[in-house]
Amino acid sequence: MPEQTFILNGKRVTVDIEDDVRLLWVLRDVLGVTGPKYGCGLGVCKACTSHINGKAFNPCSVPVGAVGPDDAITTIEGLPATVGKDLHPMQEAWLEHDVAQCGYCQPGQIMTAVAKVRQAREEGREITEADLDEIRNVCRCGTYHRIREAIVAGAKKY
Amino acid sequence: MEPPSARRGQEPAAAGPGRRRFLGYVLAASTLTVAAELGEAVLAPDEAEAVVPSVPGPAEIYDLNDMLTHATLPTANLITIRIDAAGTASFALPRSEVGQGITTSSAMLIAEELDLPLERVRVTLADARPELLFNQLTGGSNTTISTFTPIRVAAAVARGRLLKAASLELGEAVDTLTAKAGVITSSATGRSLTYGELARKAAAVTTGRVSVGLKEAAEFKVIGTPQGRVDAIDAVTGRKKFAMDLHVPDALPAMVCRPPTINGTVRSVENLAEVRAMPGVTDVVTVSTGVAVRGRTFGQCIDAVRALKVSWGPGSAEGASDSTIRDELRRAEPPLPAVGLLTKSVDARFTFHFASNSALETNCAIADVRQDSAEIWGSLKSPIVTQEQIASKLGLPVSAVTVHVTEGGGSFGRKLFHDAAAEAAEISKATGKPVKLMWHRTDDFRQGRTHPMATSRVRATYALGQVLTYDQRHTSVATDFGHGVGEIITSEAARLPVGDLTFSETIFALSQQTPYNFGVVTQLLSEVDKGFNTGSMRNIYSPNVRCAQELVVDELAGRMGKDPYRFRREFAKDERVRAVLDKVAAVGNWGRSMTAGTAQGIALHPEYHACVAVLAEIDCRPQTTGRKVRDAYTGPRVTKVVCAVDVGLAVNPQGLQAQMMGGIMDGIAITLSSGLHLDDGHFLEGSWDNYFYTRQWNAPPELEIVVMPPTTGQPGGAGELAVGAAAAAVACAYGRATGTMPTSFPINHAGPLGFEPLPTTPPIPASPTDGLNRAF
Repeated sequence: MPEQTFILNGKRVTVDIEDDVRLLWVLRDVLGVTGPKYGCGLGVCKACTSHINGKAFNPCSVPVGAVGPDDAITTIEGLPATVGKDLHPMQEAWLEHDVAQCGYCQPGQIMTAVAKVRQAREEGREITEADLDEIRNVCRCGTYHRIREAIVAGAKKY
Repeated sequence: MEPPSARRGQEPAAAGPGRRRFLGYVLAASTLTVAAELGEAVLAPDEAEAVVPSVPGPAEIYDLNDMLTHATLPTANLITIRIDAAGTASFALPRSEVGQGITTSSAMLIAEELDLPLERVRVTLADARPELLFNQLTGGSNTTISTFTPIRVAAAVARGRLLKAASLELGEAVDTLTAKAGVITSSATGRSLTYGELARKAAAVTTGRVSVGLKEAAEFKVIGTPQGRVDAIDAVTGRKKFAMDLHVPDALPAMVCRPPTINGTVRSVENLAEVRAMPGVTDVVTVSTGVAVRGRTFGQCIDAVRALKVSWGPGSAEGASDSTIRDELRRAEPPLPAVGLLTKSVDARFTFHFASNSALETNCAIADVRQDSAEIWGSLKSPIVTQEQIASKLGLPVSAVTVHVTEGGGSFGRKLFHDAAAEAAEISKATGKPVKLMWHRTDDFRQGRTHPMATSRVRATYALGQVLTYDQRHTSVATDFGHGVGEIITSEAARLPVGDLTFSETIFALSQQTPYNFGVVTQLLSEVDKGFNTGSMRNIYSPNVRCAQELVVDELAGRMGKDPYRFRREFAKDERVRAVLDKVAAVGNWGRSMTAGTAQGIALHPEYHACVAVLAEIDCRPQTTGRKVRDAYTGPRVTKVVCAVDVGLAVNPQGLQAQMMGGIMDGIAITLSSGLHLDDGHFLEGSWDNYFYTRQWNAPPELEIVVMPPTTGQPGGAGELAVGAAAAAVACAYGRATGTMPTSFPINHAGPLGFEPLPTTPPIPASPTDGLNRAF
């Protein structure tokens, strides 16, 4: 069985599994990292959103063989460490706005939010209503409004 | 027009002379353990005095919540709170948390009555407790209504015991002691003891009954204050554990290869050996719902499901499509009464298509079935029914089946049923191994439960500025109530003023209200076709029935030359309803001038001893409806929503606002965009980019939710409350913006299909491989 190596939340991990298994299942079923959720397996609902080298992506849509040994995967569990704190400012904003209801989509929402803010800043601006409208993450509890408020507030914290 | 009517009887329980007493228990245990009976006479509704122009419908006198509450009376058993040496109060809530915030509100009730900081209260979800009989059903927005008093009684018993123990310990009279933030302090000597220090000393050697009083509303320090969810930190850090996040030894992933049509059956499998030899696959077995695959990862299960070559028998809705069901419904519609020659009337027929109650967490459960026992884990709103039915299917005694209720990733009606738990148990038995069963998203839409398609015919007659009659005939594909509500009705129906109606007709009669004085009001349900997997969807009938009614109200107002808001105000039966209506009209600036193609709509909804009004603004201009978002439906945009809600007493106003927000997003979806297309025996939708639930580009940029001050002093229901009013307000706004009353829902249903349907064979699509190309 092929050996797969990559960096997960700051630590190098090696897993024996076939190349074509999507990364989401390597994280959840093999490594027991359950923050990224399954909502569709089609790259649509975005519940599994995590970061690869700082960019938001959906591990349900990436074969583990496509991830290289130096690629850094960050899941919600590893997000606070990227800012050297117990909680990322975006997570704090989520708490302040009491965003979560069932909470199933929220790890993915937060990982998307952090990437959206970074993306806007790379374009030399702050997050706008149009940016918020582009977010594809599904929240079946309908927390969309608090998500919008939390992203705007969270972006002001860092 | 009317004296404060049906709700008058529900004054705060403690308002009378002298404080009302309640009975609780101190249980024999090594640490302080107290209890109260779930289900309480104080919750019994008073009979309404019918002095209003419209005779109250059954739902106004005795609604579904009264029935759920009453059903618990003769059979209720104890709920217990335990105080440990760390001074923490623990409570296993016999209800299911699926996002509605009941663990938080229950913790608040305990914190209030026990004078303990909220963070020192731990609420978990109880396993199935068959001795509770009917009393472990989470539904009908009934949790807070039915647990508000019992939980507080138990907490008050604990507080009393702790004070008594402190009195003995300190040698001081109880009335010199005060309990605050988990510490008991003597006002005489200043000496203090913590609850943790007293927990063992306050414990009882024998179980005994205790009489306690509860705090008056004026003394509340926690109830009625906005509190963040107790599980928020776990949710935002990814630590919150849902069923599929649990580690149960050897419970490997499992999925099912499902038929191409609804409820099709397996005839034969061509390549069992080949699929069993695929990477990671451990088992392939035929079960009643399809062919189950167990493997090392879900990814490998998906591959195996796709590789299976199965010959399928017909399903339960072969050849059916939206148009055949529409015809079937129309044929079954009962006639409306004839209209007199000189009477003017509004006549309308509304069609509501199938909709999916799929949550973001798909159907899933873990099962470990052994020779003489079974253990189940899942988010289950009827865990006792689950336990009994799985035991019966496995041929085990009920006591040999343990059902653990896990945190749920949404429900919306889905988790009233235990489809995944039953299937997981069957697969575990067939393979002889534990399994972690999860449905694929595509299956969850296509084979999962739906809100049934329905038509509503309405005829309202009017003359001389009055509405004389209002008739509504709701005809629906049958709703499955097999999750246990049926058992409650069996025991309760005879006591109700609803005659010999069927279960569904009874639920309809108990849940549907007309909040207006419309003379003689008759609303009836007929059902057809049992070939579909159905259930409720954040309300059972109300969103459809009330949307139809509110659209007719707008039409009546127009014909009678009245403003929609003022018309509703004039005809409203109830002061509470009038108050929420006035609130949204004022806050939302009703009647403000708006550009062509945009409009306001206003609607209200009373249910669950509560009422809500919604004012929505919609933009139907071409530049908005023509917005382009890839793989999406944009359509009209609801640009602003103002909501006012009166639940009698909001235990947690912030949680209540969250429930209204969610209900509003659901209302927007069911009116504008989210429906299922039935075509040749199967549903076409197979992903969230096909089933257009509200997304960020549909969400209103402006949202304001006003929680009204306490009215009745008793909490009403909230979980489902906002959906009907929001769906109706959006529909009314759409009608006013476009100049045409919408009659088919969701509004986009008749338009060209907004997506390319996924194939039905194989039943589930492969996961993409190009995810890195879309990283941002």
